[in-house]
Amino acid sequence: MTRQPAEFRHENLLRELTPQVLGAVIRRFGDFGAAEDAVQEALLAATQQWPKEGLPENPRGWLIHVAARRMTDHLRAEAARRRRETEVASDPSREPRVVPSIGLPSLASLVTNAGAARTLRDTEPDDTLILLFMCCHPALSPSSAVALTLRAVGGLTTAEIARAFLVPESTMAQRISRAKQSIRTSGVPFSMPTREERSDRLASVLHVLYLIFNEGYTSSFGTRLQRTELSGEAIRLTRATHALVPDESEVAGLLALMLLTDARRAARTGPDGELIPLDKQDRSLWDQASIAEGVELISRTLSKGAVGPYQLQAAIAAVHDEAQRSEDTDWPQILALYALLTRMSDNPMVALNHAIAVGMVHGPRAGLDRLKALDADDRVAGHYRIAAVRAHLLERAGEYEAAIEHYRMAAERTTSIPERDYLTSQAARLAAGETANDE
Amino acid sequence: MKFMLMMNAPRGNGEWGVSSWTPDDLKNHIAFMKTFTGDLASRGELVAAEGLAAPGQAKLVRAGKDRRPITDGIFPESKEFLAGYWIVDVDSPDRAYEIAAGASAAPGKGGEPLYMPIEVREVMSAPPVEV
Repeated sequence: MTRQPAEFRHENLLRELTPQVLGAVIRRFGDFGAAEDAVQEALLAATQQWPKEGLPENPRGWLIHVAARRMTDHLRAEAARRRRETEVASDPSREPRVVPSIGLPSLASLVTNAGAARTLRDTEPDDTLILLFMCCHPALSPSSAVALTLRAVGGLTTAEIARAFLVPESTMAQRISRAKQSIRTSGVPFSMPTREERSDRLASVLHVLYLIFNEGYTSSFGTRLQRTELSGEAIRLTRATHALVPDESEVAGLLALMLLTDARRAARTGPDGELIPLDKQDRSLWDQASIAEGVELISRTLSKGAVGPYQLQAAIAAVHDEAQRSEDTDWPQILALYALLTRMSDNPMVALNHAIAVGMVHGPRAGLDRLKALDADDRVAGHYRIAAVRAHLLERAGEYEAAIEHYRMAAERTTSIPERDYLTSQAARLAAGETANDE
Repeated sequence: MKFMLMMNAPRGNGEWGVSSWTPDDLKNHIAFMKTFTGDLASRGELVAAEGLAAPGQAKLVRAGKDRRPITDGIFPESKEFLAGYWIVDVDSPDRAYEIAAGASAAPGKGGEPLYMPIEVREVMSAPPVEV
């Protein structure tokens, strides 16, 4: 069941309507899992019929109508199946019998129970948000939540999601089906989380959106393009979430962080997919429109108060993006932001970046001193990133032999191919006696 | 995160040599592997799984000076050979180890667990970090 985005010009409209249509169908029939399948079938029908018959006058109503019809068929088949099972069980000859598929008394109650008072055209602006809360529920594993969100809220097909994550379609289908099963068994209602739950649940949503964005940053040979689309999809979903809850400052912060990071996409890899670090990037390739939008958004958000980690990371990204040249970077400002971030979250990766900023402002020795504390932290001791940062600081301190050793150590430990290649080349460059191209 | 789980089996008639198994032992082992891999698939974790042909058919290949293949039989002194592998996509290394332990305990002679060593290697697929 693959739709073809490139050839189908209504793809964006469909993807935007997906959560609204799904929300309407769930409100009418309940059963998130079956409703989600019915909506996918309606999306497929649209890609087949709209190019031939033209865009319907009310695309959303059309989709809801088709999905509701599929849902009715599904419920009818389920009722028939249940009845058949009962009859077979009670029939001593155990001969399967054909049961008429219409006019079952149980059907009417099934169909009308869930939302008799509503018409199918009703969609609620909050449906997209409720769906996000459901799909990113903490009962789901991160990979399940990511897959389900992309399908149920993002409107991607299982085949598209499988391609993006480089797993077989059948595996992705099972992952999504299990995720739906978890939602069913955990009994998450289709409604907004309570006031008490809200901030934790919103944090889960933001984490899942962040994971989707980050996945898009993995580059593997021949698949970079599809994965890049994941970052675009994460931005689209975060933008939609921000539009629904403009006062949630961390949602705005995450959107700004994504925009400001994604702005550097064209500059961050070379022609062969090799990694180019921030200080060596061709800044003329940065997307100025994304930077302007991200900077405006984070400035406006920070001025409102209630600062959180995503906002601070966005602010740091903004400082980088606003520097015309690497040497213009306002490192004291970045250092101050990391100091705030370190106080807010006990994340060793934040502490690591803090050490980099210390090294830029107070010199490599001060940065190396900072790193020592991390060696004692079980969560990251031996992590390749510590070795990579240490190598860089040692090189700046003129300790080339030790720097080579740590670059190599980091290269052995990373699980990212572009990063391994980058670190290996750094070690090779130093070993060949080239030391001047750093500062 | 993706991991490759490599099942290394000893050659010939070593302690797990299948030549000493009864038909039922074989049947149980095959059924176990089928269920095991099927379970990974139904959990949405299976990326790929293959069993490899016996090492008697294996060749070592090198390019000659003219770049044409020079083949050689596999060397008989190697004690273990790769019998098969799984690639799984899981949320944590611990889950990969748990799966490996499951495979390691596959039933062998008399239905006793084989406790095979399973080599677990992470597939390089992590996103690079922007510095």
